[in-house]
Amino acid sequence: MNTKTRFSWFDGINYLLVIIVCAATLYPFLNVLAVSLSSYSAYVENPLRIWPKDMNLAAYKEIMIHPVLWSSYRNSIIVTACGVAGGMLLYILSAYPLSKRHLKGRKIIMVFIVFTMLFNGGIIPNFYLMRSLGLIDTLAAIVLPMMFSGFNLILMKTFMENIPEELEEAAKMDGASEPYILFRIIVPLSKPIIATLCLFTAVTYWNNFFQAIIYIRSVDNWPLMLFLKEIISSASLAAMSSGGNSAEQGIMDVRPETLQYATLMVVMLPILCIYPFVQKYFVKGIMLGSVKG
Amino acid sequence: MGRSGNLPYLIRNKWLYIFLIPGILYLLVFKYLPMAGLVIAFKDLSLTKGIVDSEWVGWYHFETLFQSSNFYRILKNSLLLSFYQIVWGFPAPIILALTLNEIRHMFFKRITQTILYLPHFISWVVLAGIVMSFLSPSTGIVNHVLNTMGFESVPFLLKPEYFRTIIVSAEIWKEVGWGTIIYFAAMSGIDPTLYESATIDGAGRMRKMWHITLPGISATIVILLLLKLGNILENGFEQIYLLYNPMTYATGDVFETYTYRIGLQQGRISYGTAVGMFKALVGFTLIIMANSVSRKLSGKSIW
Repeated sequence: MNTKTRFSWFDGINYLLVIIVCAATLYPFLNVLAVSLSSYSAYVENPLRIWPKDMNLAAYKEIMIHPVLWSSYRNSIIVTACGVAGGMLLYILSAYPLSKRHLKGRKIIMVFIVFTMLFNGGIIPNFYLMRSLGLIDTLAAIVLPMMFSGFNLILMKTFMENIPEELEEAAKMDGASEPYILFRIIVPLSKPIIATLCLFTAVTYWNNFFQAIIYIRSVDNWPLMLFLKEIISSASLAAMSSGGNSAEQGIMDVRPETLQYATLMVVMLPILCIYPFVQKYFVKGIMLGSVKG
Repeated sequence: MGRSGNLPYLIRNKWLYIFLIPGILYLLVFKYLPMAGLVIAFKDLSLTKGIVDSEWVGWYHFETLFQSSNFYRILKNSLLLSFYQIVWGFPAPIILALTLNEIRHMFFKRITQTILYLPHFISWVVLAGIVMSFLSPSTGIVNHVLNTMGFESVPFLLKPEYFRTIIVSAEIWKEVGWGTIIYFAAMSGIDPTLYESATIDGAGRMRKMWHITLPGISATIVILLLLKLGNILENGFEQIYLLYNPMTYATGDVFETYTYRIGLQQGRISYGTAVGMFKALVGFTLIIMANSVSRKLSGKSIW
């Protein structure tokens, strides 16, 4: 192809635009990483840095000995694991029958599900429900309200609709029961969409702040995001009171600001580690799920 | 099939209905019960008495709401914020998707996509932390740049006039790359022979983008725009709650944050429920309207 060798002004502008957007996307990550590894005085001297100066791990050491970091990390892991496991079970069980066009009552059940996507009771009736169930200040109050969403269910249902029916028919001929078909045939074939939804649900739970701020009271039950919010609040208070002229502090000195950058890195770490490996799945999963059958 | 066919059908497919039970129970308890809980808005709820025994007050809380000046403030804030989110945030992923689509170096394209999808997976708490440090008057990078250019530091997060710009910019940074995926899905459905015949007719890249790619994704654009308009009262709780403060309530306070403050922090439970219910009802009406417009225009339903 001769188009491949020609590099026109059109390409030039295109590449330039994409590179600028990518740089703008990456900059905050690099900056946070660089500052979290630098001394406070290096940060005050040039906060724009994307390369650490006076490189040290003091801020990380400081945050690692914070007792709430570990309890909140544990809580976030519990919440995420329970939310993903429960959610997937509900999605798989519900999406399979709904992917059958012959299912009687399918339309009514879909209306029942779609309605929950369009209308909701809102913050306070939900709070009242959790209170009545005795779940205030428990991790279950974070897990339960967002375990099952119509949007994700429809993604999985659409995917299952596109699985060739012959496979099931053959299994049925051999006398396989529906649970066997679902868990031994449909679930393995649905791996791309299950992987996608696992990732989405896990990220939603890991990042969730809304349910936590509403339902969680005691520090013991804080998930990671409430801990991070606390660190950020103390950092911004410190920034307001310090006035910026305290660069003469010792090099190893850890201040709320650098501590905050280290905490940001620690909180983002699991996502940054998993992300490159699952990236190829979710794009495929969304594309397959969003094609209307 | 007549009535007589139903029972054998149910027996034959019993497992399908058994599979549906957990999901339906879940929705009944966690979605429909809170909807029933909206009766709180018509009562004067006392937590000691419970919902059933609390007194009915009819439309009292809604009347209070419509007479309060706060209501017009949050309505205006919510609409204006959504307006800017649409004006700046809606075209951004379209332009980016069109640009990325023209890049033919596959390795470069994959790397850029990996980078651009990443911010979507970052929590608002993390992003709010970054925004607050970047805008900090004493040590933030924005004021550092302003200072080196000879300007005074500006406490951006304490100034109501900057609040919308900050929220909209942060949202675009977070979601612009992610927003391109759906347009790529639409682009992959465009018939490649259209491009080939256009090339034979001597059309340049710019013309092909304008006359083939853009029309090819226009149905998706229309549906997404309608969806955005239908959700015009949804501003998102987390980003606003994390970045606003009493100094910026004038431009930052929206339905989600107001309901939370009034209902849960100040304990005016019934009034807060009424505020939430007003938003939910208007939102429902708007999205139903958006859907019927979508059906008329493109023959497709939004959901």
